[in-house]
Amino acid sequence: MTNFIAGALGIRSYIFIAVIAAIVVVVGFLNLAVPETSSLYMSSYVVSLFGKYLCYAILALAIDLVWGFCGVLSLGHGAFFALGGYAMGMYLMRQIGTRGVYGHPELPDFMVFLNWQELPWYWYGFDMFWFAALMAVLVPGALAFAFGWFAFRSRVTGVYLSIITQAMTFALLLAFFRNDMGFGGNNGLTDFKDILGFDVQSDSTRVGLFAASGIALIAAFLLAQAIVTSKLGKILIAVRDAEARTRFLGYRVEHYKLFVWTLSAMMAGVAGALYVPQVGIINPSEFAPANSIEAVIWVAVGGRGTLVGAALGAVLVNGAKTIFTGILPEVWLFALGALFIAVTLFLPKGILGLASQIMAKRRERQATGAAPQPQEAD
Amino acid sequence: MMTFLKSRTSLLLFLFSLFMFVPATTSHADELADKINKLAEGGFNDRQKAINELAATGDSRVVPALEALGDGLLYMQKLGNKVVIVERAGSNFKLTDPITLEALGEMPKGALEKIKVNNRLRRAVRDALGGLQLNSKKPADRMAAAEAVFQSKDPDAIPLLDAAIEKETKADVKKAMLEARAAAVLSSDLDDTAKLDAIKVIETRSGRDSRSILLGFAANAEGKLKSAAEESAGIIERSLAAWAAAQNVWYGLSLGSVLLLAAIGLAITFGVMGVINMAHGEMVMLGAYTTFVVQDVIRTSYPQLFEVSLLISIPLAFLVAGAIGVAIERGIIRWLYGRPLETLLATWGISLALQQTVRSIFGPTNQEVGTPDFMSGAFEIGQMTITYNRLYILVFALVVLAALMLVMKRTPYGLQMRAVTQNRAMAGAMGIRTDWVDALTFGLGSGIAGIAGVALSQIDNVSPNLGQSYIIDSFMVVVFGGVGNLWGTLVGAMTLGVANKFLEPYAGAVLGKIVVLVFIILFIQKKPRGMFALKGRAVEA
Repeated sequence: MTNFIAGALGIRSYIFIAVIAAIVVVVGFLNLAVPETSSLYMSSYVVSLFGKYLCYAILALAIDLVWGFCGVLSLGHGAFFALGGYAMGMYLMRQIGTRGVYGHPELPDFMVFLNWQELPWYWYGFDMFWFAALMAVLVPGALAFAFGWFAFRSRVTGVYLSIITQAMTFALLLAFFRNDMGFGGNNGLTDFKDILGFDVQSDSTRVGLFAASGIALIAAFLLAQAIVTSKLGKILIAVRDAEARTRFLGYRVEHYKLFVWTLSAMMAGVAGALYVPQVGIINPSEFAPANSIEAVIWVAVGGRGTLVGAALGAVLVNGAKTIFTGILPEVWLFALGALFIAVTLFLPKGILGLASQIMAKRRERQATGAAPQPQEAD
Repeated sequence: MMTFLKSRTSLLLFLFSLFMFVPATTSHADELADKINKLAEGGFNDRQKAINELAATGDSRVVPALEALGDGLLYMQKLGNKVVIVERAGSNFKLTDPITLEALGEMPKGALEKIKVNNRLRRAVRDALGGLQLNSKKPADRMAAAEAVFQSKDPDAIPLLDAAIEKETKADVKKAMLEARAAAVLSSDLDDTAKLDAIKVIETRSGRDSRSILLGFAANAEGKLKSAAEESAGIIERSLAAWAAAQNVWYGLSLGSVLLLAAIGLAITFGVMGVINMAHGEMVMLGAYTTFVVQDVIRTSYPQLFEVSLLISIPLAFLVAGAIGVAIERGIIRWLYGRPLETLLATWGISLALQQTVRSIFGPTNQEVGTPDFMSGAFEIGQMTITYNRLYILVFALVVLAALMLVMKRTPYGLQMRAVTQNRAMAGAMGIRTDWVDALTFGLGSGIAGIAGVALSQIDNVSPNLGQSYIIDSFMVVVFGGVGNLWGTLVGAMTLGVANKFLEPYAGAVLGKIVVLVFIILFIQKKPRGMFALKGRAVEA
């Protein structure tokens, strides 16, 4: 059975990687090489929109890794995503330099506005890209490690864990709303100028960021795939299905959980870091518990425990959201609510699960065609 | 000594006026008119003298003139030098006699001259009014006058106060007057014993302003007086701190009662049934909107019922939220028993849909829910203010909790419910219709959330997002208190409420909330099943 799944995922993952790579090349080509007058031209807005979906797909992968394979339902992954985003946002703020409204060489505008005299210590180093990129991974990782270390050691599981992850992101939401936290309060960080010396608004930078998101998605996918198909992955699945039994077999369950939980948070941080330059703003609303829960439903729609499905679900749901909120804004919440209910009631394995069910049925039918009435044998 | 003599004279004048003015005679009206007309004469210093003289009459008939002077509405007719109160009417002025308050017709602006006042005179007017109102017929006016003297600490008011204290019959007004007198004594040049007495009187008054009066006095006094004043200020300080703590406890209990109301229903659905209902907040919201609709109907059709609108709303909100709860259980949740994480997601979907439904019907803005008279207003205990609506909500929350406990412990239905949650298969084998019990239990939890909505409509904005602001807090209460234990919910709600309010002054509202959340997160690590954890086999089931 496991061999079969691994085999099936193997084919699936090649297709997945090929599709992502193809999308990156095609989108880049349509935006940069096709003249603006052509009907095939893709505007930079659409490029950034697609880039946003890819970042969401990375976040969905991260959630699927802990929820689909380890059974830990996080309602706070938006917090890791937002922390990664803030790390990148801080770098982008520092890059503005004297081009801000107040033209202060060191302090971002909102600090000048709040009458701060010098940069808070935790903003040091964010003028260097490598440092910000490192922090985008390390800060969510460290928070997840500390949180998970406490939670898993004292065996907080199931809905309890879900609720306290939600409380965690809620607490961060409140904290980042405060002006004296030094992260821009309500307005967050915005009005970015350039990244690594390239203008964030220019077409080529947007395509570059889009490509980076695509590559990061593929890398995250390969990493997750490597983990879930390894022996470690088998143990994670064992933890998901029978935690107590795994513990009795001699595995330190909390260590496995902590590892995959921290890794997942780091992936979410990367997603956030790529997300911010493409949408041009990061503010505390990214911490809202509703965002985290929405991210969980992407995974559920695509198919929990399939990785490919998670990414697919993220793109599909967000595509639908973009379309719906554009045409019928009132209907979107109904649709989203109905999606939550319908997926949990009728599609417990998501779209990919449904697809493989149909495939299996067809195969069965073919088999029955060859050898009639195997069903009535028992 | 001069002041003393002066005050003696004014006292005599005052007593004199008391006797003479009761039947107002024409000659006195003339005398009064002369004095008022004097306000228009000379410079600011003369005017101040005139004000003091008016104050010394102790006659309440001079009040309108002084008030008009303070408001800059007192004018002098250039012809005949008569002083009048004016009211602006276009380019003309409407004139009023300052004593009889008869209308004197209109006059162009040019025929009048304004009696100018500066800040010093305004203060003198205020002080004079404070003294004059001491003789008002209305106790509230006398109270306010005593308070005004207390604030101004005007030593000239002492004789007026003495006379007023003499004939005062209302105990609380008399007390206020004595306190005002004490404050005035402290700024007078009376002897030390009088002042020591005054310090004691002010000490018993307590309050922030008493403390600042004593400290202000201590700063300029020396020796015995200084130490006495400082000691009294210290006593007031301590009692203030105690009252502030008491007030914080009250705020905390009030917040706790709100949390309790929001969490009781959750303690049933989540605590007893183990169903994690993210739409619980929306049940609260539906209860609040039921109240709004009930009040709307009452306003348009039966206005005389407004006072009991909340009492009508309570059963209706229970039925509305309860019926929707039963529908959700039968339609969705029963397919998801044993899959808590999926239940969480599905109920989140329900909450989104319910919010959007309400938003589509009633609009996204806050709805106005009225407060019946018996719930508005406040009363004071010492330095503590307690509003009636918060008090009623606290009582109501406890009543709801008690009623729920009775249902669970003393009725056949409660017995069945506990049986089903403890051992479903066995309960079914004993002939209990477990699926109906599930539906009713979920309906009960939702209905109680609806009742909570009626109460919350009195203190919170009724908007489609009402439930969202309570859902995380309610879960925290249930988890903190211990799942499946109503006493735990009570203790949890009150603890979190009080903790929140005590952290607020030190950390601010937002940071206080964060600290509480972090504390709960750490607490759950230590006691994963809450303060009052269930023990035995039911835990692992």
